[in-house]
Amino acid sequence: MADKRTTVDYAVAELRDGMTVGIGGWGSRRKPMAAVRAILRSPVRDLTVVSYGGPDVGLLCAAGKVRRVVFGFVTLDSIPFDPHFGRARESGEVEVTEYDEGMFGLALQAAAQRLPFLPTRAGLGSDVPRLSPELRTVRSPYADGEELLAVPAMPLDVTFVHLNRADGRGNAQYLGPDPYFDDLFCLAARRRFVTAERVVSTSELSGSGPVQSLLLNRSMVDGVIESPGGAHFTTAAPDYGRDEPFQKHYVDNAKDPERWPAFVDRFLSGDETAYQAEVRRFAGEVAA
Amino acid sequence: MSGVSRAEVVTVAVAELFRDDGEIVASPMGLVPSLGARLARASFAPDLLLSDGQAYLVDADGVIEGWQPFRRVLDTVVPHGRRHVVMGANQIDRYGNQNISAIGEHARPTKQLLGVRGAPGNTVNHRTSYWVPRHSTRVFVENVDVVAGVGHDNAAKAGPAAQRYHDVHRVVTDLGVFDFAGPDHAMRAVSLHPGVTAEDVVAATGFDLDCTAVPDTRLPTDEELRLLRDVLDPDGLRDREVRR
Repeated sequence: MADKRTTVDYAVAELRDGMTVGIGGWGSRRKPMAAVRAILRSPVRDLTVVSYGGPDVGLLCAAGKVRRVVFGFVTLDSIPFDPHFGRARESGEVEVTEYDEGMFGLALQAAAQRLPFLPTRAGLGSDVPRLSPELRTVRSPYADGEELLAVPAMPLDVTFVHLNRADGRGNAQYLGPDPYFDDLFCLAARRRFVTAERVVSTSELSGSGPVQSLLLNRSMVDGVIESPGGAHFTTAAPDYGRDEPFQKHYVDNAKDPERWPAFVDRFLSGDETAYQAEVRRFAGEVAA
Repeated sequence: MSGVSRAEVVTVAVAELFRDDGEIVASPMGLVPSLGARLARASFAPDLLLSDGQAYLVDADGVIEGWQPFRRVLDTVVPHGRRHVVMGANQIDRYGNQNISAIGEHARPTKQLLGVRGAPGNTVNHRTSYWVPRHSTRVFVENVDVVAGVGHDNAAKAGPAAQRYHDVHRVVTDLGVFDFAGPDHAMRAVSLHPGVTAEDVVAATGFDLDCTAVPDTRLPTDEELRLLRDVLDPDGLRDREVRR
């Protein structure tokens, strides 16, 4: 059986300019931030980023990696707006496809099911079709004859998700309250990478949580990366919650273009090990 | 009971949104909507299911009674329709179109907001109300810049599939309670909070709004005040969200 363990930099090295990249999680929750940080270090650019957006979107925009964002929202949850995403939008430097949250899920589901589209009421009457004029409606062939929005499939080139546990084969488990859409992101993508808080033996997985928590099976995953703290500063409950002081520090620096380079220099210029060490140092400063 | 604050009147007005909803999911966004839903659940609407805004359904004491992750909300709860959401609104117009996406031209907005979130799907699938903590001409505008939540006029224009379950219900603000029972489903005052005049509301609204001959919003009962002050919000956070 294939050992799929790899490193985050090997995984990100598969990215090519212009690819469509799915990022799992939701807002500032269980985001594959170690993978995002690896993308920041890579030379790749012009990505289409597909995300229930949190700080992943803001960071990638700030680093000039993004041509288009496909999103229903971008928020840091405890702080409503990501300053980098706001600046990217207000300067017009990124294009967007803005969907209703439910449409977004259907677009992934259609790709996962190898369907051209899925029908929905969501979006009808709103500005979503006006802002994405490529959207079409479809008429029910049954007696009701309802005309519904046909959400086109959104296939992904590569996706990154972060879970609590995985084995080396690619079976992976969430232990928090919400699976989000991580399994759909994997099923919609051609290449699928899971970062996990811990990589354990297969037999340990069913001991750590109910069998329903085994969200991904190994056929849905191409690469597994052990990445403790890999969702920082977003949540990875129950392993850890959101690092609120750090998130605030991120926002304070992101708001101020003069201060941002120093933040990048301190936290984002080295590898993941250096990042985690600097985060521990920051936590010590906050506590002091 | 004396010394009833505006925030307490407003919270009861939000609770009243849920009065006859029965056994459906209440999804309140924000502090005052959450307090209102919990107050309704703890008093006159005991059948309500309360979303905690995360993955759980919780009873009035915070005990978990169900699992409702985001995927389930979008796949089945919203389209199934047994839900009443109270959302915020950065802009709202006379027909109940709501904007939480962006201010200005969408291609290059002057202010990026959250994004449309679930507002398009919510408004055409189930009952949707809005909470505006500061009623002003910045929020109550002639035309919203981006239609996230679908108003009555746009639902009608989009056809039967958009209108079939469309149910934009009411707007509660720090000045009053409003519905869409005016001509062509235009916004109309249902009640103004005690101490608020029709002139106050007209001055804070960027479109013609019928405020004539409306009663005062009812005051909280003694039991509602006890629940709010002693049980649901002992730290008085409500008074920070409603400042006048």
